[in-house]
Amino acid sequence: MASVEADVIADRDDSADLAALERSWREPPGLWGWLITVDHKRIGKRYIATALVFFLLAGLEALAMRVQLARPENGFLGPDRYDQFFTMHGTTMMFLFAVPVMLAWGIYLVPQMVGTRDVAFPRLNAYGYWVYLIGASFIYVQFLLNTGTDVGWFAYVPLAGPEFSPGKRVDTWAQMVTFTEIAALIAAIEIVVTVFKQRAPGMSLNRLPLYVWSMVVVAFMVIFAMPAVAVASTFLLAMDRLVGTHFFNPAEGGDPLLWQHMFWFFGHPEVYIIFIPGLGFVSSIVTTFTRRPVFGYVAMVLSLIATGFIAFGLWVHHMFATPIPQLGQSFFTAASMMIAIPSGVQIFCWIATLWLGKPRFQTPLLYALGFIVIFVIGGLTGVMIASVPFDLQVHDTFFIVAHFHYVLIGGAVFPLLGAITYWFPKVTGRLTSERLGKIGFWLVFTGVNVTFFPMHFLGLMGMTRRVYTYLPGQGWGGLNLLSTIGAFVIAAGVIVFLYNLAASWRFGAPAGDDPWGADTLEWAIPSPPPPYNHARIPIVQGRAALWSMTPDRPVVVGLNETRREVLVTTVMDAEPDNRQESPGPTPVPFFAALATGFLLILLVFTFQALWIGAIPLGLALFAWAWPRHPDRAWRLDAEAGR
Amino acid sequence: MLNPAGPQADSIFGLWTYMWIASTAVFAAVMVALAMALVRGRRRDAPDVSEAGEGRARRTIVVATGITLAILLATLVASYLTGRAYAVTPESGRPLQITLIGHQWWWEVTYNDSLSSRSLSTANEIHIPVGRTVVVKMTSSDVIHSFWVPNLAGKKDMIPGYSSTMWLRADRPGVFRGQCAEFCGHQHAKMALLVVAEPPAEFARWYDAQLADNMPPTDTTQSTGKNVFMSHGCVLCHTIRGTDAGGRVGPDLTHLATRRTLAAGTIPNNRGWLGGWVMDPQGIKPGAKMPPNDMRPDELQALLAYLQSLR
Repeated sequence: MASVEADVIADRDDSADLAALERSWREPPGLWGWLITVDHKRIGKRYIATALVFFLLAGLEALAMRVQLARPENGFLGPDRYDQFFTMHGTTMMFLFAVPVMLAWGIYLVPQMVGTRDVAFPRLNAYGYWVYLIGASFIYVQFLLNTGTDVGWFAYVPLAGPEFSPGKRVDTWAQMVTFTEIAALIAAIEIVVTVFKQRAPGMSLNRLPLYVWSMVVVAFMVIFAMPAVAVASTFLLAMDRLVGTHFFNPAEGGDPLLWQHMFWFFGHPEVYIIFIPGLGFVSSIVTTFTRRPVFGYVAMVLSLIATGFIAFGLWVHHMFATPIPQLGQSFFTAASMMIAIPSGVQIFCWIATLWLGKPRFQTPLLYALGFIVIFVIGGLTGVMIASVPFDLQVHDTFFIVAHFHYVLIGGAVFPLLGAITYWFPKVTGRLTSERLGKIGFWLVFTGVNVTFFPMHFLGLMGMTRRVYTYLPGQGWGGLNLLSTIGAFVIAAGVIVFLYNLAASWRFGAPAGDDPWGADTLEWAIPSPPPPYNHARIPIVQGRAALWSMTPDRPVVVGLNETRREVLVTTVMDAEPDNRQESPGPTPVPFFAALATGFLLILLVFTFQALWIGAIPLGLALFAWAWPRHPDRAWRLDAEAGR
Repeated sequence: MLNPAGPQADSIFGLWTYMWIASTAVFAAVMVALAMALVRGRRRDAPDVSEAGEGRARRTIVVATGITLAILLATLVASYLTGRAYAVTPESGRPLQITLIGHQWWWEVTYNDSLSSRSLSTANEIHIPVGRTVVVKMTSSDVIHSFWVPNLAGKKDMIPGYSSTMWLRADRPGVFRGQCAEFCGHQHAKMALLVVAEPPAEFARWYDAQLADNMPPTDTTQSTGKNVFMSHGCVLCHTIRGTDAGGRVGPDLTHLATRRTLAAGTIPNNRGWLGGWVMDPQGIKPGAKMPPNDMRPDELQALLAYLQSLR
């Protein structure tokens, strides 16, 4: 076991070590370097950017749907195209935007926040991104050819089965699920291992920043939830469609309800997977902009964990209208209502923090406040629809559409926009415009309420979901038009938001290391961060890592700067345990992802893909596992006289 | 849902009223607390990290969480009681038994009587007597549909391979629109039906009229129309009792002219729309299973005359 010691160095000369660090963590320039990088920040950034592109695409799809619904019997999108649009809107928002963008922020932020140099498995991390990109592009190619999936993001059988959806539309969707599940599971594993084994010394679990806690909970949820849908879509649905099995075919003794159970066992936790990172963002923002640690750290952490657990006991509330026993339904009603408790506790704690702190009303805090307003409305309607009889009336109506957009936009998109504004200076080294930021916020906030609040009434008036049109005599035209207008207000807000980012990237004022006076470790390093993150691994002395740091700022010494090395610490107390070599840039993950993509895409068309695709994939994995010479670069350096 | 016409919808409306008031109160309370926090914090010179401040906040949060829990428990009990009343079929009298089968994209309605000669099959329009309990048994012939008449009761899924049951009752006469609530393919939007609640005597008259087989055509145009029906594709899918037409793919047309709408609640049942529907169903309901029909204008006119005579 290598020796690692913590030492206090009052007056140190770092320049030689820094040059060595630069050399070890340097990446090849140009396109090649871009393809082979394993740096969690570069991968995190491209992950976030890709997910945001899909956010915009899904937003455009939503606008098109709102135009179609603006008046009765409108002819903008026909039924086939409307069905493709709402399927792709849901699929994109859930699988290609929300989960990836949240995990991507985790990949970008967590290593810096826990004070390490890279994620636990950098090559796997790179592979995960490429798999996600290939799968997401694949389903969009199909959509742009006007043969997009048209059975909803929930793909209920038998409608999604071979008899009622011939062709390859649903197969592509099912395979896209596989791609994104692989990517999500990889990101989750990265986050769990990085947090548990690579925290800076002194950052025991009870000093973990709340954002990191939220990502740990989410990562575990991903690990437990995703396999259910992967099994359902990849094995059972694909087998029914491609091989001719009858898992879901009632005519042959299969069961269509099996799909619903498996889908929602994933689908409900999925909602919490999307919004728990949002809670983490809000905690970070509230702390920084009230200059006070979030009140009730322990209650906050327990609430996050409780939410993660209860989230797995709610899935049947999507199925109250199916013929299942009443006693079972009561259990899910109770669980669905009780999840309001941990959410409520967190809201109360943030309000207490604002009460006790000194809030600065800058754009990120506005988004956090907007989150509280919108999320509380969504949470209250959530309690309502946990009630079986009430749900039987509003289930599958626009009331539900209103409810979950309040929860997801409030719980995930607002915190995300706040987080982007908050960490933009760290990522790019430049400040954004406060004025544009605030204009964007108010446009989005107004737009969301104008779009989605009327939908509650539409649902109560009887307007069902997933309808491409409605009849003139039904009296739904006015509220629908209002909702469509709201959608364009949101779009205007998003344009202002993006313009602000683009302009600031180019012309923004330099941010410096820590423009907000924040408390977490990523603000201790330069903006944008160097490839190795922290020049010296800091030693953490309290929950608010930077605010509790003593003036001498103790650091770890003993890591080898002449090669890529990370410090491994113990799970509970983060005591130094070991040194671990971290791999350098390599094209292997990229080629392995290409081979995976080849196999999975071919599998849509023929089962023979299993062995045809196994050959390139096997070769790629062989190259991946080829023994490296961890010490060679170091030895060469040593021979050169270092 | 906001205009209940039966005990089911009525009890849910009551629950909704309670939840709406409770939610509005909770939302207002949270917003007031948030606003006060912001005003307080703004006046402060430095963040309060004192023990006293923490203690006050802790006590407030414990109380607030307790209130939340109490409201949730009250809601849970209210929901449970409503749900139990909702689920149990009333014992009073002999309920009317209806079997409903969902198809892409229309509703097959069968009234079951212990005398098979008194059983009756129709489509897309359910007549029920006011004040009498109706038990609806449901399933689907293809994909999942969901039966929902908001004025009367909550929805119930119709799943192939499963049989589900619900009861409902109308307490006042009226025509109530229902719609398929589970996405079932391209014409999910235009899969509606009407529930016509009428006084028992009127219902009995309607029932007896529906039981009768179709009368033979009374004039030459109608009998030409009947020949058009029998010699074109229509006969392959539709039944007209009392004739040779016995197709089971599409809706039963024996008493088509008595229905208020065509194409599952999509268009009014009049000569113009009927003609449009026969010639070009895909223009009105793209994706519908009914193919376009090609016929000469005089054939069409005769067919319409015949179809409109199916009373």
